[in-house]
Amino acid sequence: MYTKKVISRFENPKNAGSIKGANATGTVGNPACGDIMKLYLKINEETGVIENASFKTFGCAAAIASTDVACDLIKGKTIDDALKVTNKQVVDVLGELPPHKIHCSVLAEEAIESAVNDYLKKKKKKDKK
Amino acid sequence: MERKVYLDNAATTYVSSEVLAEMLPCLNGVYGNPNSLHSFGRDAMAIVDKARDRVAKAINAKTANEIYFTSGGTEADNWALKGIARAYSNKGKHIITSSIEHHAVLDSCKALEKEGFEVTYLPVDKYGMVDLAELIHAIRKDTILISIMAVNNEVGTIQNIKAIAKTAHENGIIFHTDAVQAIGAVKINVQDMEIDAMSMSAHKIYGPKGCGALYLKSGIRIENLVNGGAQERAKRGGTLNVPAIAGFGKAIEIASRDIIANQQKLKVIREYFIKELKSKIDYIHINGHPHQKINGTVSVTFEMIEGESILMLLDLAGIAVSTASACTSMSLEPSHVLKAMGIPDEIAHGTIRFSFGKDISKNDVDYTIEKLVEVVEKLRGISPLKKKK
Repeated sequence: MYTKKVISRFENPKNAGSIKGANATGTVGNPACGDIMKLYLKINEETGVIENASFKTFGCAAAIASTDVACDLIKGKTIDDALKVTNKQVVDVLGELPPHKIHCSVLAEEAIESAVNDYLKKKKKKDKK
Repeated sequence: MERKVYLDNAATTYVSSEVLAEMLPCLNGVYGNPNSLHSFGRDAMAIVDKARDRVAKAINAKTANEIYFTSGGTEADNWALKGIARAYSNKGKHIITSSIEHHAVLDSCKALEKEGFEVTYLPVDKYGMVDLAELIHAIRKDTILISIMAVNNEVGTIQNIKAIAKTAHENGIIFHTDAVQAIGAVKINVQDMEIDAMSMSAHKIYGPKGCGALYLKSGIRIENLVNGGAQERAKRGGTLNVPAIAGFGKAIEIASRDIIANQQKLKVIREYFIKELKSKIDYIHINGHPHQKINGTVSVTFEMIEGESILMLLDLAGIAVSTASACTSMSLEPSHVLKAMGIPDEIAHGTIRFSFGKDISKNDVDYTIEKLVEVVEKLRGISPLKKKK
């Protein structure tokens, strides 16, 4: 059902856990559907570059592997470029996902969006002060 | 060598050596078509007759002619539901079943609804038990058939089949039960339990896949499902699968011969497994009835983590389990059984079915627990869900 890449990312995710000094988080999904993804981002406030990204995920192997890959795809990118990351890029890194698991990659894309929006919201508040 | 532990015996079992020995001569030696009139055919029919006798004896059917071989439990369920409903449709068009049946029954009911039948899906309590009062309440003048499974495949709860059958008969209704998970686990006596029709399968009891049977009490009418020949007393067309039927006969004979010893062993294993689980892992729930359940199946919900991830990590450690059931593993919905038992979706997703086979050792359980502790810790470590204290 899963490619070797999915299994390996799921078994040994590189970006699992929370990060110290994260200044943005994004949570998507809900437990009733069986997937929740939470992204932690450390964004350089001067350059807008994502210096570090990590995740915590409740879900299947595809969900865990997708969030792990999403972290890799946005690390080192500006928040504007991070928003351009699509679920297809996540799937491409993983080789492929079974059709009924594609929604996991979509959720990962949404998690990026949610975390970046969290950062922008916080920044706006800060700037107002 | 990588260690392997198979804990998915409710999905299927291996073919035991005794069964295989019974089957092998039928593959090349006695290859005649049992419905042929010549000696080749008669020899094959003798094997089928012997198997039919064994099945009848194992469930205490009155005569072997009440056993009809099918391609498995699913066909037997389809045939019982559709065949009996259609045969009695002039009497009424209402059927009662439960909300936790196997999809072979539920989907057959859905198909019958399209034909104009009405189906009541009885709720179950938190243990997965059908309430007799609910059943009585659901009975109507036009109810023709009640179908309630003997043992649930996901959580192992045993229904009060005899009481349900009696209630059906007091109201002049035919009673069918899906006994696929019950054979070999609980003593089945169709006469004593007043069962009119019963589905069975070979591959859950160390027999081959692709073979099962429908027990149909003499006098109960049924319409054909598989047309095309005079086989099975003109009720089920298709050349008989002689090797598989021979294997099924042997398998069910052994299952009833060894039932007490197997169940005693499994009871000890089950209790040890649950005790170890509870002492080593927090936030778990054992699903199903606390007492009225089979020993071989244990359904466990692990909070804060998701079932498929548990399954995959255990698989990487050589341990085979399933989420709800193998038949629904491609679905994203939480199990309909757990849902009917009132288990909330968010924790239902973290459910694993462990189903033990007759050869399981304490050592296998220890290895499984050891790996489970690691897997649960790992997944909870990366889960965003936290237990509210």
